[in-house]
Amino acid sequence: MSASAEIGHQRALAAAAPRAFFPSLLILLGLAMAVVPYWSDDVQLREGFLLAAVYITLASNLNVMIGYAGYINFGNIVFFGLGGYVCVDLVTRLHWPLIAAALAGGLAVSLLALVFGFGILRLRGAFFALATIGVNEAVRQFVANFEPWGGATGIYLTFDAYDPLGGPMAALWLVYFLVVAVMVLSLLLSYAIKRSKFGLGLLAIGQNEDAAAVLGVRTPRLKALAYSVSAFLPAVAGGLFFFKSGIIEPNGAFDLTLSIEAIVMIMLGGSGTVAGPLIGAFLYEELRGLLLTSPTISQLQLVIAGLVLLVMVLFAPGGLVGFVNQHWPRMRKFLQ
Amino acid sequence: MIGVLASVIDGVLVGSVYGLAAMGLTLIWGVMRVINLTHGAMIVLGMFIIYFLAKATGLSPYASMPIVVVVAFGVGVATYWIAVDRVIGRPILMSLLATFACNMILIGVGTALWTTSPYNVPVSLPGISWQGYTFTGTHMMAAACAGLIAGLLYLFLNHVRYGKAIRAVASNREAAELSGIPTRQVLAVTFGIGVALACAAGALIATLFPFTVLSGSSYQLKSFVVTVLGGLGNPAGALLGGIALGLIEGLATPFMPVSWTPIIEFALFVVVLLAFPRGIFALSRA
Amino acid sequence: MSALLEVSALSKRFGGVQAVMDLSFTVEKGEILALIGPNGAGKSTVFDMINGVYPPDSGRIVFEQADITGLPPYEVAHRGIARAHQIVQPLSDLTVLDNCLVGACYGHDDLSLTAGRAVVREIAELVGLGDRLAMPAGQLTTAGKKRLELARALCGRPRLLLLDEVLAGLNPTEVDRMVEVILRIRAGGVSILMVEHVMRAIMQLSDRIVVLNLGRHLAEGSPQEIANHPAVIEAYLGDSKLMAAVGAERP
Repeated sequence: MSASAEIGHQRALAAAAPRAFFPSLLILLGLAMAVVPYWSDDVQLREGFLLAAVYITLASNLNVMIGYAGYINFGNIVFFGLGGYVCVDLVTRLHWPLIAAALAGGLAVSLLALVFGFGILRLRGAFFALATIGVNEAVRQFVANFEPWGGATGIYLTFDAYDPLGGPMAALWLVYFLVVAVMVLSLLLSYAIKRSKFGLGLLAIGQNEDAAAVLGVRTPRLKALAYSVSAFLPAVAGGLFFFKSGIIEPNGAFDLTLSIEAIVMIMLGGSGTVAGPLIGAFLYEELRGLLLTSPTISQLQLVIAGLVLLVMVLFAPGGLVGFVNQHWPRMRKFLQ
Repeated sequence: MIGVLASVIDGVLVGSVYGLAAMGLTLIWGVMRVINLTHGAMIVLGMFIIYFLAKATGLSPYASMPIVVVVAFGVGVATYWIAVDRVIGRPILMSLLATFACNMILIGVGTALWTTSPYNVPVSLPGISWQGYTFTGTHMMAAACAGLIAGLLYLFLNHVRYGKAIRAVASNREAAELSGIPTRQVLAVTFGIGVALACAAGALIATLFPFTVLSGSSYQLKSFVVTVLGGLGNPAGALLGGIALGLIEGLATPFMPVSWTPIIEFALFVVVLLAFPRGIFALSRA
Repeated sequence: MSALLEVSALSKRFGGVQAVMDLSFTVEKGEILALIGPNGAGKSTVFDMINGVYPPDSGRIVFEQADITGLPPYEVAHRGIARAHQIVQPLSDLTVLDNCLVGACYGHDDLSLTAGRAVVREIAELVGLGDRLAMPAGQLTTAGKKRLELARALCGRPRLLLLDEVLAGLNPTEVDRMVEVILRIRAGGVSILMVEHVMRAIMQLSDRIVVLNLGRHLAEGSPQEIANHPAVIEAYLGDSKLMAAVGAERP
C-alpha cells in the first residue's frame, strides 16, 4: 500500500476516533521512556533512549515536510545543528539558563527557516531536495569559518556550565527528561497538524500542488510555515543534545549522514503517519546499534541504510505502519 | 589579458566535459521524468573503471574509453531494472528516494572497497604552448572526446531509428507504445545511455584531476547547475551550459578559496532555477 | 449594471502558436454563458488565464470590478472563482469528504473544519456524492470523479463557476442529471461560465453563447442566434454530428 493511501485511511479514522486516545498513548510512551532508566538507574539504557528520542524528534518533524507536504528535505539536520550552536553559544558566552537558550535556539532557527522557506520552496521536487543539501553544506562551511562560534574547532563546554543545573550528573538526567519531552511534543505536534485544517492543506499540496492552489490553498505560505514549524523542535533538541555532549563542531553538528538516516527512518516506519517515524527511528537505531558492533559492517553503514531505503521504496512504500494497517486494520487505532 | 584568455579557453575545454556529464542527467529526465540521483556515483564509477583499466592494461585511457562506455551502459540498464522500473509513474518522491538509495549503496560499497584516498590516472600528452601559456594536452583531448561523444549522441538521437524511438517515448510515451515501440525497453536503454555518458565524463575527468570515492557529489552538483542552465531535457543546452559553467569556474576560481566553489555553484543553481525555470539556453516552448 | 466578469483583449502565445488572440467577452451576474468552438480553439487556455494558472501576454480580466489579471490561482479562488477541470485532478488518496473539505475550508469563505464539513455534506447531496463521502477519491468512477470536481469547486462557495467540459465522457442519463444539477447551482445564485462540446446540453443550459475559432472571437449571441449564424456554421462545417445537434435544436 502506498504511503499516501495510508494517509487517506488515517484521516477517515481520525474523524471517527475519540480525539484523546492516540495522544494519550504517546504521552504514556514518553513517561515510560523517562521513568524506566531513572528508576533502574541504568545509564546505558538512558543513553540509548536519548539517542532514540533525538532520532524520533528529527524523523517526526521531518515527516511534516516529507509525509504531509511531499517535499523531501535532505538537509534537515541543519536545523538541529544550528539550534545546537545558538543554544551552546548563549550558554557559554552569555550564561543563559539552558531551557531559555534551547528555546531561543528553536525560535531563531524556525524564524530563519520561515524567511528562507519562502524562497527555497519555490523549487519543486528534486530541485528543492538538492537545494536543501546545499543549504546544509553552505551553513556548515559558514560556521566552520565563523570565529565567534569557534570556527572549525567549535565550542567546548567546561564543567561549570553544568553547575546551575546541579552538577554534571544531575544535568545529564535533566537534559534526558527534556529531550524526551521534546520527543513527545514532536509526536503530539505532528498528530495535531495531521488533524488540523493546516494539515489538510499540506496533504492537499502533497497530493497535487497545482490542484490544491486552484482550490484556494495558499501554497507558498503553507509550505514555508511547514518548513518553519518542522525546524523548531529539532533545533531545540539540538540545543539540548550538544549542551549535554559538551562540544559542538561543524562536522558533527551538520552531519549529512544522520540527515539522510532520518529519511530512511521515516520510510521504514511509514511516512505520513505519526507512529511511522516513531517506530522507524526506534527500529533503525536498534539496527544500527547491532551493526556497529562489527567493525567491518560498520563501514557499510551507508550501504545498509541505502538497502533498507530501497527495499521500502520499492516494495513497501507505506512503511511498516502501512503494512501492518493494511493487513490488520484494527491496528490503525494504535498506529495513527 | 592573455592570462584571462587562457583561463577562458581552459574553462571552455573543461566545461565541455561537465556538459557531457550533464547530458546524461538531462537525457534521463527528458525521457522518463526521473532525476537520477545516482549520477554522482556513476561519474565516480567511470573514474575507477578507467583507473583500473589503465593500470591493468597499460593502454592509454583514451583507448579504453569504449570499454568504459559499454560497461557503464550495462550498469545503467541493470540499475534501471532493479531500482527504477518499479517507480516510473509513481510520485516523483519515490523515484528520488529510489535513485538516492542506490547512490548510498554504490558510494558505501565504493568507500569500503577503495577508501576515501585520492586516486590518479597518469596521462602524458604533449600540450600546446602559446604566448607563454601551455594548454595541457589532457584538457584538449578531454574536450575533443567530449565533443566526439556528444556528436555521436546527436547523430544517434536524430538519425538512427532507435534514437528517434527514444525521442518519441520522451515526447509521448502512450503514443509511442501504441505505435509499436517497446517503451519499457527504451526506458532501460535510455537510462543505460545516460549512465554511460556520466561514466564517460567521469573517465575523462579522471585524466584531468585527482579524485576520490567522494568526488561524485561535487561533480553531481556541477551537473545539476549545468542542467538548470541549459534547461531540463535539453542535451544541446546541457553542452552549452557545461561550457558556460567551465567559463565561470575558469574566471572565478583564481580569486576564491577552493572550498567555497561548491557553495557558489549551489547559489548559482538556486538563483538560476528561481529566475529561469526553463533554463537560460532553453528554447522557448510551452 | 456592470458585468460580473469582464475579459478584454486577452492574448496568449505558446512558442509558435497563438492560442488566444484579442479575446473579449463578459459574463453577467446570474447567467450561464457557454464558450464553444472547435478543438484547439483556445477555450481551456482562456480558463487557465482567468483562473490564474498563467498570466495572459496582454489584456485584462476584471471580476466584480476588481482587476484579477495575473493573480495566482489561490488568490483567484479567494475572490470567488472556482473551477471544475476537464482532466479530472482528484486528490486521489484523500476521501471524497476531504477533497471537498479542502475546497470548503480554503475557498472563498475561510471556514473551520467543522463548518466546512457541514458545507461539504450539503453540496455532496446536491451533486449526488452523498453516499460516497468516505471513499478514497482515486476509487471513484470517471463520472464520480467528474462530480467530485464539481462538488469540490462548489464547496468553495464561488460566485463564478468555471466548468471545463464537465459533461465529456458521460452517457445521456448522466448528462441529463448533470444539467439538472447545473441549473440548481445557478438557481442558488452562482453564475456559470462553461466550456462544452455536448451541444444538446449547451442549448438547454446557456443564456448566451460565445463562439471561438483559432483563439479568436467568432460570434456571440443567444443559442438560437448562434445556431443560425453563418460564420459559426462554416467553422463547424467539418463536424456533421455537431451540425445535426445544432440543427435539431432550432426552434
